[in-house]
Amino acid sequence: MTKKHFALAALILTAVQFVLFWDTLPIEVAGHRPGNIPMLVFYTGFVSATSSMLLVILLICVTKKTYVINQLKTFSKFRHLMFLMIKRDFVTRYRRSVLGILWSVLNPLLTMLVLTMVFSMLFRDMGIENFPVYLLSGQLMFNFFSEATNSAMVSITGGAGTIKKVYVPKYIFPISRVISALVNVGFSFLAFLFVFIVTGESFSWTMLLIPIPVFYMLLFSAGVGMFLSATNVFFRDISYIYGVLLTLVMFLTPIMYPVSILPDRVYHLIHLNPMYHFVSYFRALALNGVLPSLWSNIICLGFALAALGVGFYVKMSQQDKYILYL
Amino acid sequence: MDKPVISVKDVSMLFNLSRDKTMGIKEYVVKALKRQLFYDEFWALRDINFEVKRGEVVGILGLNGSGKSTLLKLIAGVFKPTKGSIEVNGAISPLLELGAGFDPEFSARENVFMNGAMFGYAPSYMKTLYKDIMDFAELWEFEDVPMKNFSSGMYARLGFAVATQVEPDILIVDEILGVGDHLFTKKCEDRIKKMLEGGTTVLLVSHNIDTIKEMCSRAVLLSKGKVVQVGAVEEICKIYQGDDA
Repeated sequence: MTKKHFALAALILTAVQFVLFWDTLPIEVAGHRPGNIPMLVFYTGFVSATSSMLLVILLICVTKKTYVINQLKTFSKFRHLMFLMIKRDFVTRYRRSVLGILWSVLNPLLTMLVLTMVFSMLFRDMGIENFPVYLLSGQLMFNFFSEATNSAMVSITGGAGTIKKVYVPKYIFPISRVISALVNVGFSFLAFLFVFIVTGESFSWTMLLIPIPVFYMLLFSAGVGMFLSATNVFFRDISYIYGVLLTLVMFLTPIMYPVSILPDRVYHLIHLNPMYHFVSYFRALALNGVLPSLWSNIICLGFALAALGVGFYVKMSQQDKYILYL
Repeated sequence: MDKPVISVKDVSMLFNLSRDKTMGIKEYVVKALKRQLFYDEFWALRDINFEVKRGEVVGILGLNGSGKSTLLKLIAGVFKPTKGSIEVNGAISPLLELGAGFDPEFSARENVFMNGAMFGYAPSYMKTLYKDIMDFAELWEFEDVPMKNFSSGMYARLGFAVATQVEPDILIVDEILGVGDHLFTKKCEDRIKKMLEGGTTVLLVSHNIDTIKEMCSRAVLLSKGKVVQVGAVEEICKIYQGDDA
């Protein structure tokens, strides 16, 4: 079985599933309305493509057992390095700052204060009950993504010194950065809880499930991070393009505004943004006390796995060439 | 017959000199359209073949630019060969460059654990070796000093200490023995000899013929990316010195 066979299998599977899934997706998840064919095509295509990708990955695992086992062995050999790198990121981050780790909690709090002040003056009534909590929950998820991908993007170029002299699996670098960002999210979550309690919000048991959307986000960020770190080695332009792109994605994510204020056209568009689904998932659990539907789980996991698959593939196919470009 | 620890088969390494690392997307597209992308090929190594058996000390000789360091980097896994294959059986400690993998912002102590992890050793294992490493490097005084304040001799000492104390199956040493003073060089040579008794395989690059003669049993002579000859050390040294003259 070669690459071509796997690609062919993936294509055929996608086509079959596309037909099977046609018009079965629920409207509230995909955001399409009767007659909005492009959205229907996108989501049906997306779901069938990701699930066929998963099947192909399973197929690869079964047919190329030794390769997969070898990769796992290398990873377990270098896991200590990953932990040390995460620890190092953490120590370096607040080196020489007086408040140290406290900044991880203070930073989101202060940003939230500024934004709440600005927005409560700009827009009087947006129909959000508890703006600070609404804002902070969106910020928490988005900052996780933005920090994870931004630091992963430069991880290979930044680790050039090591990569040139010692053999280390290259994916260790972006992955450790993404996990560092996760550690930071833990602290931001403390800030979120603080505001949550201070503003008198009531707890619901669904809050215990918050690790789920964070985990989806972790996978998604890892995929995007691996893709960016791989391409950034060959084209340093990526970091500039990504900066702009990230701003666009930020405004396409309902962090500071409710979805209800959007005009129809943008309302559709926003459903194409993976971040929208992750943030909504998080808010459903934390703010509304509602359990997200099976389909929103499938969409979130789909985006996460698709990103992870693409990122990992690009990474593995390019990583032997890095050294010549660093 | 013992299975070779390192076997290098038909290995060639190509560098693309036009691969300018600052090339942007615009330039890339323009060059791709003009079909100028992959010019200026440089074969650093061509069709290299040799094997190293367990417990051997093999010297690699050659003038500057003959491909010695590239060969070592290939064996250490830092580069992947353009053609051919390299098989290595065992854990490698590569001492490719002075202070490879050390982070200058961090203290000697932190770097010992970091360096160990890069070779794939757990921090708990490094803890058991830590005393021996610091004893060997004689750096107890500077344990918590960031390595950016270290001298090159101190870098080399710590690097050598970590690479040898983890007791690798294969040790790769690239011209760094010359950095320390004669006492330390002597200490390193003794250490390598002791490791040999334990069955460690050593690859040694040095311009110092005396070191090579003293340490190695066999040698590989490289010239312009090709193997001139593989054989007993005296023979190879003779050819090499003949080249010089």
